[in-house]
Amino acid sequence: MLSRVAENVYWMSRYVERAENIARIINVNAFLLLDLPKKVRPGWEPLVQITGGEALFKDMKGIYDERHVVKFLIGEELNPGSLLSSLRQARENARTIRDFVPRETYEYLNELYLFARTHLSKGLSAQGRFGYLKSIILGTQTITGLLAGSMIHDDGYDFLRMGRNLERGDMTTRIIDVRSANLLPNVASELRPFESIQWVSVLKSLSAYQMYRRKMQVNVRRAEALRFLLQERSFPRAFAHTVGEVEFCLRSLPHNTQPLKIARGLLATVNSVKPEKLQQAELHQFIDSLQLTLNELHDCIYSTYFSAQASEPKPQAEAVRPSQRVALPQQG
Amino acid sequence: MTIRWSSYTAKGFFDELIENGRPRDASKPLGEHLSTLSNAEIKERKAAAELAIQVMGITFTVYSQEGGSIDRAWPFDIIPRIIRKSEWDVIEKGLRQRVRALNLFIDDIYHQQRIVKNKVFPRELLLDSKNFRPECKGASVPHQAWANVCGSDLIRDKDGTMYVLEDNLRVPSGVSYMLENRQVQKRVFPELFASGNILPVDDYPSQLYDMLASLSPRKVKRPEVVVLTPGIYNSAYFEHAYLAQQMGVELVEGRDLAVADDDCVYMRTIEGLARVDVIYRRIDDLFMDPSVFVKDSVIGVSGLMRAWQKGNVALANAPGAGVADDKVVYAYVPQMIKYYLDEEPIIPNVPTYLCINKDERKHVLANLDKLVVKPANESGGYGMLIGTRSTRKQRTEFAKLIKQDPRNYIAQPLIALSTVPTLVDDHVEGRHVDLRPFILSGKRTYVTLGGLTRVALVKGSTVVNSSQGGGSKDTWIVDTDS
Repeated sequence: MLSRVAENVYWMSRYVERAENIARIINVNAFLLLDLPKKVRPGWEPLVQITGGEALFKDMKGIYDERHVVKFLIGEELNPGSLLSSLRQARENARTIRDFVPRETYEYLNELYLFARTHLSKGLSAQGRFGYLKSIILGTQTITGLLAGSMIHDDGYDFLRMGRNLERGDMTTRIIDVRSANLLPNVASELRPFESIQWVSVLKSLSAYQMYRRKMQVNVRRAEALRFLLQERSFPRAFAHTVGEVEFCLRSLPHNTQPLKIARGLLATVNSVKPEKLQQAELHQFIDSLQLTLNELHDCIYSTYFSAQASEPKPQAEAVRPSQRVALPQQG
Repeated sequence: MTIRWSSYTAKGFFDELIENGRPRDASKPLGEHLSTLSNAEIKERKAAAELAIQVMGITFTVYSQEGGSIDRAWPFDIIPRIIRKSEWDVIEKGLRQRVRALNLFIDDIYHQQRIVKNKVFPRELLLDSKNFRPECKGASVPHQAWANVCGSDLIRDKDGTMYVLEDNLRVPSGVSYMLENRQVQKRVFPELFASGNILPVDDYPSQLYDMLASLSPRKVKRPEVVVLTPGIYNSAYFEHAYLAQQMGVELVEGRDLAVADDDCVYMRTIEGLARVDVIYRRIDDLFMDPSVFVKDSVIGVSGLMRAWQKGNVALANAPGAGVADDKVVYAYVPQMIKYYLDEEPIIPNVPTYLCINKDERKHVLANLDKLVVKPANESGGYGMLIGTRSTRKQRTEFAKLIKQDPRNYIAQPLIALSTVPTLVDDHVEGRHVDLRPFILSGKRTYVTLGGLTRVALVKGSTVVNSSQGGGSKDTWIVDTDS
């Protein structure tokens, strides 16, 4: 399999997944704000933080209100991490591999992008937004379904799954990190009733609330929510699940010693942590270390499969240390 | 209204199917069948063809940033062009002869240049040939085959004579449409294929693969053959992808390939670097290797020429093969056939006046209103003067151009292209056609059974290019003796 094709498949699915995640976090945030008392509402700033777009947002003289943030996240062409930019990048990747993935995938993705662009004004209006984002989420899910149901599940499909799961794992850690930091650090007694609402919102940002209830059968509490989001292998958006998927895909790929080692190390780290012992500072540090290793895994997949060199490889640039301020990774 | 051949006329032209109101021998089954169909039935068949084209995704692609890529459906006419096998056998022989001579010519030009020394081919023509590549001097190619894939355009004059109009020796395209047209045609008239008299064309991809494999520098059982495309923006990308898929080989872009320190070519795969033996390149010479030719080419592979010169990789067509793809050089093909093969040309050239020769130039300038003037190195019908349809101003302009650069111009009499009945709304009318057969040269030579028939869908037009209102037809070689 050609490296270029593998790379295009990988990024196509990463960008599709990203578009879906952005749509989800915006919808959830809107509902969360309606449930909280005014003085503790986190507002819209956390969403920009989650996508690592603060620097750009500041450059563009954005104001952290609903209108500006939603425009920035959904329709801003200058924001490489916006929903529209993500769909465009997904389409560009799909276009060059039209003959590799089922042809209808490209056609559908093209349609989805055109839909997102044509109906943008609806997406930016308070009334139209929910429906617009729901259509995007369903559209991205359709693409995932089309591929699962009609593409040969060969090496190419492994790259597709790895792209999707690395993006998902990355987003999960971003959401936990930013959201938990925004949770009331010293919960005053009159606000205690809202503590669980905030953890519910974290779960909801990851479409995890209903599944949490089914699986954990307890009220939403910090330690349980963290355990669920970090370690629950059966939940597709839990960190351990996404890394487990990547690990599984790597098993059947060639030259997998190095990337497998990183993936397995990451799994061991996340599975051995005790969420109840992670206070806010430790949690932040821990998430940071997960993100670092996730980046390392991405780099390793990149150098192992996408960039075989005919002559001596040039030294790689220093890896950027992630924190919530790091922008979403983009195709180089 | 059903089709009545007795009222079909192609006045002043040779019609490929109908003669004096009756189908020719080889066209009889089709002609008779068509005249039994009702209007509604013909419409049905036409709809079947359109559906097949849509379902099979036969398109040529136009890309715009605005709406993404637009795939236009391939314009196809359901009435095929038919040639008798006995006539085709002669044409095929003629094409083999022609391509053999052309390959010997190219090989000679990059080695001793005997043909120049023996004064059969003028040295000055060679010196200003745009497609002569000094980098190819002394290079030897497998089986002396430089133009591995040749597409020669054939046209038929009103008296029935078939001429070669030009030889495309660089990166001729269209063969995928020949193959797809047949697939569509089989869905439209399955009953006519039942007789078994229509010779098959589907063999081409495996013939192409065998030819390419026969060029491999490494003698391995299954050499690594790839198709090199400029990428998705190229108008022939559909064909590149199609051929790669049909041959079961990788479709690569320049950035997928690299030349290593051992001067061998490798492609980047998820397994690491994989050695490449044969490259069917659908990129022009000048964009192939930025270290030798156009420096800022982003679709080429740096070092490719070096690897080729060292014999570590085969390129098809070989670099420099385009030297014979020049309308002035074309005029000398009959002499080449005599010189290298000691044979008489089987298919004649269209009579050609070379403006570089004083007497011929004089004749051309005096007859600009009757002749077709063409630049020597353009393709796709650009920069031409069609005398009979020209204005005085255009003729003055061309007279000036010819005097300025006589080497770059040739002139030919206007050939009244033959016609084929073509569906126009609910009836048939004659439309002008040409024919592009493809000739493969490697260890063996292979000629397609027929080729791509292009048809000018606009009444009276002789422009067959798909970008300018041209379409295509399936081409049947029919064995009337079996």
